Amino acid sequence: MTAQTTSLTAAEVDEGARLPELSYDVTATTVVLGAMASRDWRPMHHDYDFAVNRNGTKNIFLNTPNQAAWFERYLTDWSGPKGRLGRIQFRMKDSVFPGDTMVFGGVVKKVADDESGCSWADLEIELKVGDKVVTGCTARMALPKDESDNPWSRKGQDWKP
Amino acid sequence: MGAKNAEDLPEEVESWIGKERYQEQTEFPIEMGYVYTTCAAVENGNPLFWDGDTAEELAGGPIAPPTMLSAWFRPHFWAPGRTKVAQPLQVHFDLKEKLDLPEAVMTDNTIVFGEPVRPGDVLTTCQVLHSVSALKETKLGTGRFWEIEVRYTNQNGDVVGTEWYTGYGYRRNG
Repeated sequence: MTAQTTSLTAAEVDEGARLPELSYDVTATTVVLGAMASRDWRPMHHDYDFAVNRNGTKNIFLNTPNQAAWFERYLTDWSGPKGRLGRIQFRMKDSVFPGDTMVFGGVVKKVADDESGCSWADLEIELKVGDKVVTGCTARMALPKDESDNPWSRKGQDWKP
Repeated sequence: MGAKNAEDLPEEVESWIGKERYQEQTEFPIEMGYVYTTCAAVENGNPLFWDGDTAEELAGGPIAPPTMLSAWFRPHFWAPGRTKVAQPLQVHFDLKEKLDLPEAVMTDNTIVFGEPVRPGDVLTTCQVLHSVSALKETKLGTGRFWEIEVRYTNQNGDVVGTEWYTGYGYRRNG
């Protein structure tokens, strides 16, 4: 899956629809690049010896804000640029290490308008390594109601994530 | 959120619960360099962040990816006059120290997004400890879970986001 230049409208999204999968081979560079980009200098995200001998993990591992960035990328690859994240929640049950192949998958649980007329898609996303779900995620994303609508123009009382 | 607190906490830690602490501003105005680096790190090709015309049309100009919120508050690893490493999410590190739990990981993260963050913005944050659990055994060791809320506003007082972390501070067994 790659980024869309056009945007899905809420009318084009069905409850129960699955998002295309995204697969990515994680290397040490993936982990370090993500940590540095999010200004996370903690050694368990770049120092193998620290991660193994101090933290007790098997290698350096993806940091929390970088996982958030991966979820955001996955969601906006699907929605296109008008898709606007309102809320994201994730639980990291295990870590993602160099050598892992991350596979993102997801499903649309609900599509509905709020009282201000904003169209929302509620989604469940899984980040899997092999058969194991390492991070479970729920997200609430504003989608344009039609081609003339733009969730990014909402503010104040018209933005209720 | 709203977990029950342990009854064996040090008085100082109990006094932190529910209090706004560590109000601070970003060390530098929001800038696009980190936006591009972040997008590159996850191969995010969203034209909203790479194409000026798209950003202008949709968001009235360039914006940062919403999930970058916490990145803007991680201090430089070194700065002139600084005598020790400054930590982001200082409440988390305070808990490790006061509860004598040398290791810690984050387990849960919730972020609610408000006004978009734009280049040139100067953001303000504060941290609120909401709960600290009783001692619990996990595969990592023996430790406690805690919940911390982080509030973010821009220079106009608009809420740009609110974040909740669940951390687990622990001591390795054996």
